[in-house]
Amino acid sequence: MMDAATAVRELSYAQAIQEAMALAMEADERVFLMGEDIGVYGGAFQVTGDLVERFGTDRVMDTPISELGGAGVAVGAAVTGLRPIFEFQFSDFAALAMEQIVNQAAKMRYMLGGAVSVPVVMRFPAGSGTGAAAQHSQSLEAWLGHVPGLKVIQPATPHDAKGMLLAAIEDPDPVMIFEHKLLYKMKGAVPEGRYTVPIGKAEVRRQGRDLTIVATSIMVHKSLEAAQMLAAEGIDVEVIDLRTVRPMDRETVIASVCKTSRLMCVYEAVKTLGIGAEVSAMVAESEAFDFLDAPIVRLGGAETPIPYNPDLEKATVPQVGDIVAAARALVTGAR
Amino acid sequence: MAARQKQARQPAEGRNLPFLYARFDADALRGALRKMHLIRQFEEGAEDSYMRGLIHGTMHLSIGQEASAVGICLGLSDEDQITSTHRGHGHSIAKGADVSRMFAEFFGKTTGYCRGRGGSMHIADVSKGNLGANGIVGGGIPIAVGAALTAKKLGTGKVVVCFFGDGANNEGAFHEALNMASIWKLPVVFVCENNGYGMSTSVARATAVANIADRAAAYAMPGVIVDGNSVGEVAEAADAAIARARRGEGPTLIECKTYRYRGHSKSDRNRYRTKEEIEEWMNERDPIRRFEAELVEFGIVDRAGIDAIRDSVRAEIAEAIAFAKESPAPEIANLERYVYTEPA
Repeated sequence: MMDAATAVRELSYAQAIQEAMALAMEADERVFLMGEDIGVYGGAFQVTGDLVERFGTDRVMDTPISELGGAGVAVGAAVTGLRPIFEFQFSDFAALAMEQIVNQAAKMRYMLGGAVSVPVVMRFPAGSGTGAAAQHSQSLEAWLGHVPGLKVIQPATPHDAKGMLLAAIEDPDPVMIFEHKLLYKMKGAVPEGRYTVPIGKAEVRRQGRDLTIVATSIMVHKSLEAAQMLAAEGIDVEVIDLRTVRPMDRETVIASVCKTSRLMCVYEAVKTLGIGAEVSAMVAESEAFDFLDAPIVRLGGAETPIPYNPDLEKATVPQVGDIVAAARALVTGAR
Repeated sequence: MAARQKQARQPAEGRNLPFLYARFDADALRGALRKMHLIRQFEEGAEDSYMRGLIHGTMHLSIGQEASAVGICLGLSDEDQITSTHRGHGHSIAKGADVSRMFAEFFGKTTGYCRGRGGSMHIADVSKGNLGANGIVGGGIPIAVGAALTAKKLGTGKVVVCFFGDGANNEGAFHEALNMASIWKLPVVFVCENNGYGMSTSVARATAVANIADRAAAYAMPGVIVDGNSVGEVAEAADAAIARARRGEGPTLIECKTYRYRGHSKSDRNRYRTKEEIEEWMNERDPIRRFEAELVEFGIVDRAGIDAIRDSVRAEIAEAIAFAKESPAPEIANLERYVYTEPA
């Protein structure tokens, strides 16, 4: 999907997102950014950084602290011909704007019989691990994944963050991007220039024979680390980076489970009624069911708000050791 | 700002004409009256079709509120945009929608404005600048501000009118959106149709200020109160607000004091207001009869002319209902179409 042969550098995840936004704004006058403290402050996580110096305050617009109204303004601008990218300071604040996201952005095209489209992008810094406690640490992607009309993505690498954001900006429908805050500083290879990574396609990050792990966002990296440790024990794990929550890539997941005969879902969000349930059901309903050699395992977040104490916080979400132990038990049958 | 003082009536050929008669010619004024009748008869037709079981779901009728929809839209072009509400049939017709396609939508047909996906609560006609009714109280207010942001950024010169009811003024979206429209000086006109009740709860019981327009002060914009049953008063306030918006000076909040004759929706038992109150509005302050009397007084139309308008509207409504009945229903196989944009 690359325009031309381009150089590849190391960029952080946050830099990759910033580069995608800058490229989109350079290429298309309709693209602009809205959000709280994204201008001279540079965004709570410095994702917009110095973009306001390059593009000015009209295109890097600080909004008042008005998530509902701000999201609605972005929806209205999108419906009438602009391409807004709306940054939530924390994904938790989506709760303040659910009306505009769920009742308006997601449904407007359908309710109007296709008369409009809503090309808005909303960015959500998500996840725990920053000591910010219960109202600044959630993983709410399954909430939005439940709503027809939205597309919901969770890029796990700098490369995908840039390519999927560029795909989101050119998508005619509302795209919600959940960015794990602990990934912002992670570095990775990112090609220069414009390229897109398709929405709705999972990526096999590691080939394996014994077990399929379907992971999202930061759990992709934890699962890869676990897989390496398990390899030393002779357990060969396949790791799939789901990348898109809606629409979910059935083919990649099902083909993998048909090959490995075992499935474990690893995600940071609260375990029940979440992405793990959906992936498990998707496999159970498919031809892969007949290939299963063991019950499906879900490894998700605890049934609790995210606590403040660092040890409690760590214990709330799956860690590498948890993944290793659960995978070993699943493959060896020692449960 | 207090209600504008009504100016003394002058003969049509005289000077110092009230705004409406100075600004609009006889054809435009007769057209405005026709639109009011079209709204009234459309809603009566919809109500009748509902009673006969031809329309399902529910609907929110604006009978009695025709002057605000028509008075506001008189000053708008087809390029200007509006956002509307669950009580939005009047806005849609005033902005130029075709009643055949509206009825078709109510009947759930593919020829409807929303191809049968939206119904009464989501009527839109984007070709005429109506970005849509809304099932969420206050839901359209930030969207209108977004549309106005587009107009400003692209320099289109468009003005956006945001209709909402008195109930919406207690939603957070109202306050957030008015604030943003004001700080960014966006070309938007907020029009509150205050019909006295948010469903069953009176404005007096639900709202801390006496007038919705009083809220404007909090957002540093003009707040104007008008008799919402007077086309002339509404149109004059709209003209000033639209001109201010086009000059880039920012938003205005207009409060149209009006009344709905029917209940909130089809489930309403009318237990929260008296028969006398309803009859007083219907008999003493009906916006259509008042406008007709004015037009006769100014020599714009005579009684025979009014009868002719009413008859032509009746024929248009009958044709529109027939069109809706005869139109094809959507195919079940296409249920999921329009959830996402299909690849070109």
